[in-house]
Amino acid sequence: MRIASQPTYAEKVPINYLNAEHGLKSWLLTVDHKRIAILYLLSVTAFFLVGGLFALLIRLELLTPQGDLVRSDVYNRLFTMHGIVMIFFFLIPSIPAVLGNFIIPIMLGARDLAFPKLNLLSWYLYMIGGILTLYAVLAGGVGTGWTFYTPYSTVYSNSHVMVTAIGVFITGFSSILTGLNFIVTTHTMRAPGLTWSRMPLFMWSLYATSLIQVLGTPVLAIAILLVGIERLWGVGIFNPALGGDPVLFQHLFWFYSHPAVYIMVLPAFGVISELIQNFSKKRIFGYKFVAGASVAIAVYGFLVWGHHMFTTTQSVYAGMIFSFLSFFIAIPSAIKVFNWTATLYQGSISYQTPMLYAIGFIGLFVIGGLTGLYLATMGVDIHVHDTYFVVAHFHFIMVGGSVLAYLGGIHYWWPKISGKMYPDGWGRFSALVVFVGFNLTFLPQFILGYLGMPRRYHAYPEEFWVLNVFSTAGASILGVGYFLPLVYLIWSWFYGPEAPANPWQARGLEWQVPSPPPTTNFPAPPLVTQETYEYSLEEAEVV
Amino acid sequence: MSETLTHSQHGTSPLQHQFDDLGQQWHANTIGMWLFLATEILFFGGLFVSYLVYRSTYPEAFAEASRHMDVLAGTVNTAVLIGSSLMMALAVQSAQLGANKLVQRFTLLTMFLGTVFLVIKVWEYYHKYTEQLIPGANFAYEGAMRHQVEMLFVFYFVMTGMHALHMFIGLGLLTYILILARRNAFSREYFFPAEVVGLYWHFVDLVWIFLFPLLYLIGAHYQGPVHK
Amino acid sequence: MTHVSPRRTYYLVFLALMVLTAVTTGVAYLDLGPFNTVVALAIAFLKAGLVVAFFMHVMHLTNLSKLFAVGALVWMVILIALTVSDYWTRQWGVPAQGW
Repeated sequence: MRIASQPTYAEKVPINYLNAEHGLKSWLLTVDHKRIAILYLLSVTAFFLVGGLFALLIRLELLTPQGDLVRSDVYNRLFTMHGIVMIFFFLIPSIPAVLGNFIIPIMLGARDLAFPKLNLLSWYLYMIGGILTLYAVLAGGVGTGWTFYTPYSTVYSNSHVMVTAIGVFITGFSSILTGLNFIVTTHTMRAPGLTWSRMPLFMWSLYATSLIQVLGTPVLAIAILLVGIERLWGVGIFNPALGGDPVLFQHLFWFYSHPAVYIMVLPAFGVISELIQNFSKKRIFGYKFVAGASVAIAVYGFLVWGHHMFTTTQSVYAGMIFSFLSFFIAIPSAIKVFNWTATLYQGSISYQTPMLYAIGFIGLFVIGGLTGLYLATMGVDIHVHDTYFVVAHFHFIMVGGSVLAYLGGIHYWWPKISGKMYPDGWGRFSALVVFVGFNLTFLPQFILGYLGMPRRYHAYPEEFWVLNVFSTAGASILGVGYFLPLVYLIWSWFYGPEAPANPWQARGLEWQVPSPPPTTNFPAPPLVTQETYEYSLEEAEVV
Repeated sequence: MSETLTHSQHGTSPLQHQFDDLGQQWHANTIGMWLFLATEILFFGGLFVSYLVYRSTYPEAFAEASRHMDVLAGTVNTAVLIGSSLMMALAVQSAQLGANKLVQRFTLLTMFLGTVFLVIKVWEYYHKYTEQLIPGANFAYEGAMRHQVEMLFVFYFVMTGMHALHMFIGLGLLTYILILARRNAFSREYFFPAEVVGLYWHFVDLVWIFLFPLLYLIGAHYQGPVHK
Repeated sequence: MTHVSPRRTYYLVFLALMVLTAVTTGVAYLDLGPFNTVVALAIAFLKAGLVVAFFMHVMHLTNLSKLFAVGALVWMVILIALTVSDYWTRQWGVPAQGW
């Protein structure tokens, strides 16, 4: 890509978004997408630590077969809060709201998102929802599972369901508004010459993600609203004793929450596409297929939710339809994996930190995705339903996929965000630690699940002991792997060497503005005249 | 998009900093509102699908329950709301022509009819209260299908309640349009706030068009006993 | 981007909507069996179509706005169709004495 204005301006502008204004008010009332991204970065990290704390307690409890650390109902609250915090307050906002907020307008050559004030409102809604949920944690937690299944959540649970539900409800609107903002921005704010077929793949995947957020989240909102009404007034909507059907709640819930898996993993695909092409210095193989696969997953993801309900009273005929449809979601996912590996072929690959995360992602995502096919098969699912096999499967997607991509993306764009370089040696080391720790944690869980260990119990028979010890040991290593980047990234923010505008010799508009970028990103709207990821051109020609 | 709509033509420019011209701003706002309406459709869609499931499961009970709806009030309210939609359309048209006085008049009429709708709604709610038909609060209904009958009332209150909430929000948005019109803000180049609010108001009307037959009009042929 | 409809269009649409409201209320009292619901929904969709077409100017919108409007409806259909695929097939092959 080419910018029409003189490229050297990058070195001439000392004022950037970080030092343009000072003071708490300049941050809390900002409408600059880059500052809002930083607000999200801080809050998302805080929630990740909270969710991680719950994971730590879960793994400690499972270190021994006897339920000796916490009582069973406390354990219920631990895994519930772990799920709610990690899904609604970390995974869903992580890549879109942090990296997307920061990078999208710059990638598109725009001054800001289409609705900057709405963007700030999204953050406040997120924080209000988050604080309500944290209040529920401090008040004693909620023990329904992150799925809020009825009638337990509406009639029987005596934990803090209402506050948590309101928190999730409000955060849902934050998610809707972010998605809406991104879609409108993608349609209306692209720089001249930046056609759809020239758009970076990160944009494509975030566009697809936003579609899910806009079309799916309202159904979750109504489902949670109905749970709240049933719980508050004791009426029968989902309560079978009063003529309701609990499975209807599951339909509404999974209509959102299965596509929500793609809200978490599609942005990760986008990050990986950027990392793979840059660190193999090749135009991505099959650009149109990778871009189209994102949209296909977003649309198709809405047709498969019933595979979460094979063991309920859902009709077996509906189950067969959902099972059948679920297999097809593997096609666009496989297209992506094949195209990434094909991009690596004959590329000039450099194994810097972000690339290590990307390589790890591909392997782990393949395992997570293929075990998903087991679970889409009705007969197998009935055997392993609600066992650790499922837990391992979705952690391979959520952690092995989304979290690794998030970490890779943070490392990739960190020089742009902070204007500083981090120590690459430490980065590569911690990427390795994360990979080892992750596999040691979750590979044993596949075996545990297949052997029949159910999820959501705080005690288990002694025959499962050894594998659980492996898992807990792995979790400790994984924890170290998360802790290291936290330390050296914060260190680099203050003491790291200055980052150049384009430390990776990457293509894309975001690398042609200074690091960190000025408040308005570009002095004049850039003109895009080339295809995306044109590595065949000489560096001098491009910049 | 028209290239003539640059912000240089306006003394006090309504052009926001992130946009290059008013055409781009109009486009972003219009598709933003349509996307928002898409989320609204799915928000109410969750309610409609739940209604569908239970009505197809308990057709008799829903028909019996519907006998307790005030068809006259519902019909009058439908007419009132369609009238308010007409006023809204005329307000938008006036904004397109830059006729700020007319925008004020029609916006006030829209708000008046919207308020009439809400007053009738509250009056209906009050009658449901005196007839002890409020689920969860005072639902004194005897009969074999008590829970199933109560179910329709749950949907009645949730659906019309959500609809009424949207009306309140709409009245707030219309107040904003009224203020803009008083400031003579609308012109042939800058009218999209009215247009966008109009889209929202018409959507709220649309929801009611479906709620009315599904809640009020399904009991006419119910043969069984209607319990108090 | 600007399309100003004449007022007469709005008045005519209003009139049509009022007539359809009267019809839908009246038809509800004729016993058509299961077709009562079909007719009620058909009229509701017709009214909705009029509002969308003339009050909301969908004809004069960009293709993109049309796409969003249609897309939301398609998603509604997905939600309804797949949910109903469960409820309406639950009794298939279940003996009358049943579960």
